[in-house]
Parts: sequence; C-alpha cells; structure tokens
Amino acid sequence: MSSTSSVLYDAPGPRAKARYRAFGVLSALGIAGLLWYVYVQLNDAGQFSSALWAPFEYTAVQQRILDGLLNTLEAFGLAAVFSLLLGALLAAGRLSEHKAVRSVATAIVQFFRAMPLVILIFGLYAAFFTAQPLIALVLGLTLYNGAVQAEIIRGGINAVPRGQAEAGYALGLRKSQVMFTILVPQAVRSMLPAIIGQLVVTLKDTSLGIIISLNELLYMGKLIASNTSTPQGYPYIPVLLVIAPIYIALCLALTALAKWIEARGRRGANRRTPAAA
Amino acid sequence: MGILFEDDNFALFRDGFLRTIELSAISGALALLLGVLLAAFRVSPVPVLRGFGTVWVNAFRNTPLTLLFFAVTFALPRLGVHLPSFTLAVIALTAYTGSFVCEVLRAGINTVPIGQAEAARSLGLTFGQTLTSVVLPQAARSVVAPMGSVFIALPRNSAVAGAFSVTELFSTQATWTDRGYPIFAIFFWIALGYLLISTVITQLFRFLENRLAVAR
Repeated sequence: MSSTSSVLYDAPGPRAKARYRAFGVLSALGIAGLLWYVYVQLNDAGQFSSALWAPFEYTAVQQRILDGLLNTLEAFGLAAVFSLLLGALLAAGRLSEHKAVRSVATAIVQFFRAMPLVILIFGLYAAFFTAQPLIALVLGLTLYNGAVQAEIIRGGINAVPRGQAEAGYALGLRKSQVMFTILVPQAVRSMLPAIIGQLVVTLKDTSLGIIISLNELLYMGKLIASNTSTPQGYPYIPVLLVIAPIYIALCLALTALAKWIEARGRRGANRRTPAAA
Repeated sequence: MGILFEDDNFALFRDGFLRTIELSAISGALALLLGVLLAAFRVSPVPVLRGFGTVWVNAFRNTPLTLLFFAVTFALPRLGVHLPSFTLAVIALTAYTGSFVCEVLRAGINTVPIGQAEAARSLGLTFGQTLTSVVLPQAARSVVAPMGSVFIALPRNSAVAGAFSVTELFSTQATWTDRGYPIFAIFFWIALGYLLISTVITQLFRFLENRLAVAR
C-alpha cells in the first residue's frame, strides 16, 4: 500500500478491519462473478474449443505473429528516433531568439498536436505513400509525437533553474555551449520519464497501421483471424487474447523503464543534495 | 477547396461533424464517471478493490485504442452481442479514456495537502465523505489542466472510430474519395473540422483553469 493513499483513512481498528474485510469479500465475490460471467459467455460461444485455437500450432501462423511483432517494433523504433530528433529541433526552434524561427516552430507544433493521428497517417498514405505504408505510418507518428516531445523538452529546458544558464554565460560560454553542455543534459534528466511516457503512446499508436494495411502486429492478427476458417467460425477472440497481452507487456516494460530511470534520477539528486549544501 | 459547397457535401460534412461531437461528448461523460469510480477504487481502504482498479487501469492504459476498437467491432458480435457501431465506439472510447481520467484524478488526489484529509477524519467523516466532500472537490481544481489534455485528445481519438465503420467526421473522407474529389481538398476540410473542435475544447479548459485556479 502506498503511503499517499493511506492519508484518506485512519489505520483501521478492529471494527473497521472487520468492515473492510466484509467489503473485501463482497467485492472479491463480485469480481469473481464478473470473471465467471465473461468465462461463461466465451465458453458458450465456443471460444475455448480446440478448433479455434488449433491455428496457433501452425508455424506459419506463429511466424506471422512474430513478423507482425518485428514490424511493429521496427515502426516504433524508427518513429521513436525520428520523433525525438524532430522534437529536439522544434524545441530549439521554439526557444530561439529569432522571432521568425520561434513563430514557425510554434505553428508547426500547434498544428500537429491538434491533428488527429488517424487523419495524418491516412492522409499521408492516400496522398503520397500508397505503395509504402511503413513510411506513411512512421512519418505520421514522427510529426505528431515530435510535436509533443518538443513541448516536453521545452518544458524541461525552461524548468532548469535560471542561475544555471547565467553561470554558463558568466563563464564565457556561447549560446550553443550553454544549451548543449548545461541546459539539455539537465532537462533530459528531469524529463526522461515524460519522454518515455510519450514513447509508450508512440508504441501504442503503431497499431494504427491496421487502417493503411501495414503488416504490423494488429493487422497480422486481423489477417490470421479473417483467413482461418474453422468449424467454430473465425478465431477473432483467440487472436485478441494472444495479441492484447503482447501490446500490454511491451508498454508495461517501457513504463517500468521510465519508473526505474525516475527512481535512479531521484537517487542521484539525493546524493548530490548534501554536497551542494 | 470549394468541394464543401458542391452537391450536398455540406450536409454530409455537417452530419459527420455533429456525429463526432456527439461521440466525443457521450464518451467523455461516461469516461468521467468510469474514471471517478476507478479512482475511488484505487485509493480505497479495501485491498481487493485497489488491486482490481490497478489491474483494470494498467490493462486499458497500455492497450492501443485501435485494438479496443478491433475488439468491440469483431469480438463482441461473436459473443452474440449485436450493437450499433456507434454504441460500440462509445464503449471502446469510454474504456480507454476512463483509465486516463482515473490516473489524472489519482494524481490530483495526491496533491491535496495531507492536513485536509486529516482534518476531515478528525471531524469524524467516513472514507466516502472525506473523499466526496473534502478531497475530490479540491483535487478537481488542481487537475483541470491535465484533465484538459485528456479531453482534448478525446475527439482526436474518436477519429479512429471512422476507420471502424462508424459514420463521423473522418469517415466522410471515404465518401468524398469515392466521389473522386482531390485528396488535398478532402483532408483540408476534415482537418479544419477537427482543429475547430480541439480549439473550442482548449479554450473551454483554459477558461475553466482561470476560473477555478486555486490561490495558494
């Protein structure tokens, strides 16, 4: 139990404990009932019959899922790298001292942040990249997430105490030196959890590849489900039960990385504090 | 660019536009309810409920929205659930957005000073009373900005519904493409529609933020 949530209620006495236990038992029963209902519904619809699950024994199907996963990771990797580059560029643009650069960067960031990703990706696909859906997906993800990352990076740079930059200038560093040796390292450190949080969004959004028929995990799942006719019908639900945990595990792994880095950052800050004082 | 005013395109655009607003508004209201309920679960003194809330939120926050749409469109009919596609879209959007609302609220609850809950408890308020009449009203003020970004994302996310055969603003594009209009004109108008919606919501939340800002 986290210490923050316990603020709302006292340490329970004997009667409160008994009441909590009663609530606990009741809600456990309710949740079990819910799960049981889902199970019965699935079972009645024959979704646990071996015929529906047999396709997963074929190497061709397993290969397809693996290929889909690799394509998803490829799209994610490309989009992550490019969106961080674009984000850094746009953040630098928004912090520029030249008004023209600043307003152009601001306009780009505002526009792509407000644009639905589906439209961006589908528009790019329909207008330019009908033959290469991967480029459409990666470009769409890059533009949208780049704009969001730019705001995160800018927020991080603005959050670095002003004395840091002033000290840099006082030592005779140039603007770019102050930016790259003083501001950016500190900003990246404090913003890393938020940046990784946005990368999780990027990873989830690669599944939009399904609308432009890109061979990523979700589209592969759709292909498997719609091409495998069994006596029990098409295995949409088994495919979902296989694919959803893969996505959830990937995202949780990235989130865990963010949490780990956050904890590490705090540890470092604690270590430094006594020295500074 | 003039395609909006040819044939009966404007009626099509207007219907799609209103449908998108309807979809976002209904899902937003339901997601708010679901989010409050989940947040209450996640801070409750009953471990079973806390565990349920945590699992639920983590599962839905880490599932792609597209996968949820895929699930409601293709899996539910196989369980004998036959609903109009609009209702299915509402279910998917609510389940997805509700978890984000829950996380924002929980973060807001954590920003309420400890003394507030302590004072409420020492006055003899129960957990439910502490939460609904002391902590949540204060948390709600501090979460206006992050809640704003959740609800600004909602109409953008609702565009995914258009790819799953729900008639709304994005799906207008398919009809116009069939009629052979230039692709840039099509996407110009649809993008303009979404920009309009998100601008209005942004302004609304900016107003709320100024109105409800806590002077601390």
